[in-house]
Amino acid sequence: MSKINIKIEGIPFEVESGLTILEAAKRCGFEIPSLCAFNHGECSQGSCRVCLVEATGARGLVASCVYPVAEGMEITISSPKATAARRTSVELLLSNHNKNCQQCDKNGKCELLHVAKITGARDDIYEGAQTPITVDRLTPSISRDTSKCVLCGRCVERCKNAHGLGILGFEKRGFNTIVAPAENRSFADSPCILCGQCVSVCPTGALMEVSEIDKVDAAMKAGKYVVVQTAPAVRAALGEEFDMPVGSLVTGKMVAALRRLGFKKVFDTNFAADLTIMEEATELLGRIQNGGVLPMITSCSPGWVNYAEINYGDLLPHLSSCKSPHEMMGAILKHYYAEKIGVDAKDMFVVSIMPCTAKKYEKDRPELSVDGVKDVDAVLTTRELGKLIKRSGINFKKLPDEAFDNDIVGEYTGAGVIFGATGGVMEAALRTAAFKITGKELEKVELTDVRGLEGIKEATYNLGGTEVKVAVAHGMKNAKVLLDQIRAGKSEYLFIEIMGCPGGCVAGGGQPYVRECFLPNEDLDIMDTYKQKRAKALYTEDESKQLRVSHKNPQIIDLYKQFLGEPNSHKAHELLHTHYAPRKK
Amino acid sequence: MAHLQDGAVKKINEICDRYVNEKTPLMMILSDIQKEYGYIPLEVQEIVSSRTGISVAEIYGVVTFYSFFSLKPKGKYVIGCCLGTACYVKGAQQIIDKFSEIIGIKPGETSKDGLFTLDALRCIGACGIAPAVTINGKVYPKLTVDAVPNIIKEYRAKEK
Repeated sequence: MSKINIKIEGIPFEVESGLTILEAAKRCGFEIPSLCAFNHGECSQGSCRVCLVEATGARGLVASCVYPVAEGMEITISSPKATAARRTSVELLLSNHNKNCQQCDKNGKCELLHVAKITGARDDIYEGAQTPITVDRLTPSISRDTSKCVLCGRCVERCKNAHGLGILGFEKRGFNTIVAPAENRSFADSPCILCGQCVSVCPTGALMEVSEIDKVDAAMKAGKYVVVQTAPAVRAALGEEFDMPVGSLVTGKMVAALRRLGFKKVFDTNFAADLTIMEEATELLGRIQNGGVLPMITSCSPGWVNYAEINYGDLLPHLSSCKSPHEMMGAILKHYYAEKIGVDAKDMFVVSIMPCTAKKYEKDRPELSVDGVKDVDAVLTTRELGKLIKRSGINFKKLPDEAFDNDIVGEYTGAGVIFGATGGVMEAALRTAAFKITGKELEKVELTDVRGLEGIKEATYNLGGTEVKVAVAHGMKNAKVLLDQIRAGKSEYLFIEIMGCPGGCVAGGGQPYVRECFLPNEDLDIMDTYKQKRAKALYTEDESKQLRVSHKNPQIIDLYKQFLGEPNSHKAHELLHTHYAPRKK
Repeated sequence: MAHLQDGAVKKINEICDRYVNEKTPLMMILSDIQKEYGYIPLEVQEIVSSRTGISVAEIYGVVTFYSFFSLKPKGKYVIGCCLGTACYVKGAQQIIDKFSEIIGIKPGETSKDGLFTLDALRCIGACGIAPAVTINGKVYPKLTVDAVPNIIKEYRAKEK
């Protein structure tokens, strides 16, 4: 990339050509207020006009998020003309915005309020037409409120980029313009997979998860035996809700906080991740040995399962019949653990803390209950847990480190922890499959070929003479490539891991928002590195564990001995496996 | 897609086929469908989506953005009243109100007998003959409120 010379506020800089003014200014130590621009041009509509600056060679003010720098350009951010224009842009947005900020769940993380503060926008300067209000709260996962939408288009782009889906689009014109699924339908009535990626990029409260904090409160109040489990990815991101650096591993503090919130027991979903591996690896070997449907595809990610049911109904036999780990955990807690501790399964209330919005939908699936008892009763996102902790007057950073409950169940290995990163389930499964095939442990348990953020990763392992070719995909755009290969009969793989969200669960739709403007202490490239940083936290925990293969988890061995018999047994099928059905688009 | 007839599905596919080599075929496809059928309902957009790989939400956005496209069937006679600046200052509002009153529909609506659709248009570029009205492409220049009833009478007479 060639270099060019520009001036910002009269100071000369040398920058790469091809950059937008906004990006160039950032690298030169300036921060131009901006709203619709997101993630290095992932969204660059130039629609909000909040980032207006003066630039020589341009007519009038330019939107710095879309206007490229040019040789000799002189850029002025601080002139009265530019600052007044930016303030007006924000005031116009505020004039057509539902300003019930106090009740808004986005309060504290709202980028519109942030730019309003920075630009000095005054309230109620302009009166004008208001966009007709649609509030969609029909799915258990995500909600949409047009009265909070600033039409930035980030969600539209994210749905397309991550999944190639384009569930959301701009509709109509002028003040009637809204962002919505076609015909302004509910997400429930669209082919949305409920992954929550749109929620994770929304700058305001227009797209949110549907909160279940009230449900948990009600269960506590009703005197239920309320237990909680946490997914691996939560511990790698929860600290961000309390201004800790991205990638902080807060396992111990999280457990301490959950105990103080009144949960009777605090379990790690990783125990069930180990259980999933036992079931899934056995299922895979069974399919290989008995000529079953191959390649087998993982089924831990409910966003991916939704996508498969809606778009690839013909390929559902490829999905592992294993329930996702937190559902397995719920089933074991209610039908094994409850009896052991003398609690009626009907009195037990299982809460899952997940990095995911699709899990909220998943837990309501009728097939994920046994004898009319739901495996999991409520799902809170990592963000909701953050709110719950703040509400309860707990000083998170000052908490001691505490350990998960593991009296009968709850013990976990390193293999369970890495489920939260893309490639993690594959790696964990191969560690156990290798042992099952060869009767020997892998010399090196780190299978780095399947780690990292490449869209599609593939690797071949020689397990005792058997060539096992595997692939890993995350985000439905990447998954589609592998699925179309299967459909065309050209897939070479035996085993495929698919995760709904790009980057896997660490970057799930229920994780803390990553916004440069709210992370002043992070490096400038945080948008590029946060997924790796969170994943690294999980790989670090994996390395710290003495046991790193699921089949060596003593409590898992015990569970099979005392209760389940063996992997894929009748009992295991009853409690730990599920089925899928094609759905109409 | 249950209530689209086979013939219509075939025709829409044929329209999509015309533009398979285009990089951005959407506007051309929608334009042809609008001309062929007079409207583009969601079922039709779904076919276009599956043929082009463009999401239904995006297509719906284009259809609802441009006033040329319609989601509902239009009447046999489409009355377009220009409400651009020049026409407006020459009394276009009174003219569209008169059409509205006589036919008994609001702008954007179609009469129950399927005869008339009344559209409010932005500037149609005929400021020299303001206020201007078009009916199925025929231009009525410098129209007056008093002339409106006769125009409607003429079209109704044609149907008898």
